[in-house]
Amino acid sequence: MRSTFAVASAILLACAVATDPVAADRRILHREQSLYHTILVVDEPTRLCLKFSVRNNTRNQSCVDPHDPKRMVFGYTRMMIAALLVVPEPRTVLVAGLGGGTLPTALAELLPNLRVDVVEIDPAVVQVARTYFDFQENDRVSVHIQDARVFVKRALQRGRQYDLVILDAYSGDYIPEHLMTAEFLDETRRLLAPGGAVAANTFATSKLYDHESETYRLVFGEFFNLRVRTSNNRVILATDGPLPDKATVRANSRAWRPALGPYDVPIESYPRRMSTTVDWDSTKRPLTDQYSPANLLRGSR
Amino acid sequence: MSLELLGGRILAPWFGSSIYVWGSIITVFMLSLSVGYFIGGRLSLHSPSLAKFGCMFLLAAAILVPVIYLAEPVMVWVFDRIEDPRYGSLAASLALFVAPTVVLGTISPYSVRLLVRHKEESGKVAGTLYFVSTLGSALGTLATSFYFVLWFEMDTIVAVLAGILLLLGALGIGCRGLDRHA
Repeated sequence: MRSTFAVASAILLACAVATDPVAADRRILHREQSLYHTILVVDEPTRLCLKFSVRNNTRNQSCVDPHDPKRMVFGYTRMMIAALLVVPEPRTVLVAGLGGGTLPTALAELLPNLRVDVVEIDPAVVQVARTYFDFQENDRVSVHIQDARVFVKRALQRGRQYDLVILDAYSGDYIPEHLMTAEFLDETRRLLAPGGAVAANTFATSKLYDHESETYRLVFGEFFNLRVRTSNNRVILATDGPLPDKATVRANSRAWRPALGPYDVPIESYPRRMSTTVDWDSTKRPLTDQYSPANLLRGSR
Repeated sequence: MSLELLGGRILAPWFGSSIYVWGSIITVFMLSLSVGYFIGGRLSLHSPSLAKFGCMFLLAAAILVPVIYLAEPVMVWVFDRIEDPRYGSLAASLALFVAPTVVLGTISPYSVRLLVRHKEESGKVAGTLYFVSTLGSALGTLATSFYFVLWFEMDTIVAVLAGILLLLGALGIGCRGLDRHA
């Protein structure tokens, strides 16, 4: 009788371990069902990560190395810093999508006179970034809890301008479709100060690549596509006026290289990976407020 | 339901896709349907006919078409006046979706009146109607969200919805003779 009980509990225990979505060497520090996501903070052996879903293979939104907090753990976060190759000395930046706050924090550290506005839809994400990722608001970094589309429209209405607009609101599982349309990009373009740029962290795979690329081309004309072989992400760098020439981009990369050392950003390798080649199917329809099935397109190869 | 789903898309460029935008839309649709049911029930008391029934469809179609053209100016107007996107999305939903949804709501109770011949079968008729209309809502939701948005522009989908209503209305008026012979 006792042995049956022991066997039964052993089986139950085994099941419990087997169904645990996170492996034994990872510890969940925080788990929360917010209005928009399932938020997980996972303590992995060498890093602390933020995830927006319970599935085990879900991509991390943001990670930090607690022993080297400046080091950018993710390829795409490093790639976003390439925005400084197009706008080397921004004074105002708008960041759509907070995540763990890596980008706004790094930019504020790198540029002592920079003012950063972050717009994030989910108040729970802001709380988690403050608690676990050492994200701090101060007189130079402020967070607005709002839909980015609404924020941009209001900012236009008030005549605000930004040297750099960073779009980082597309998580791996869900794309807010009203933030990927030609109308939204046009509003973002009008928000740019003279010489300003938009940097968007988006997808390099699926049918969406063609549609999204055409959308950017419709609004900005020629733009830089930054791709790295090891990443499924790409970074789009687009300007209101003409793009800077290669020599300027290389000069900016040399100027920024020393400061970016602690962040582990291979800025010197980016100029040759930035391309203006149309490597997508240019017959595909641009996304508009009338036609924006971004999530469906992302699902199809 | 197809319209309700598109409502979210229509509002998103001005009011975002925060949870309260969906709250506004669902509230307005529920409120309008309830008023529509009430009015439809009242209308069915006054010499109901298939021709009048057809006219209700035509009216719904006629009110739906301007939504396509008024959506943008109405939302700009609201956006300029109401700062808080919760009340902004509520005001815009009220302005855009109340009229067509009220008219669509009158159809169900009116159909019950037209189809019921004996009071013994009224439960069965109402049950069948709920079955058909809710099943139609489910299929409309599925088709719109899975396929229509991938193939068509939003305005085209709304225009086709209006077209279907127009056709049904014409059919109702055309068939009014059958009603007389029955």
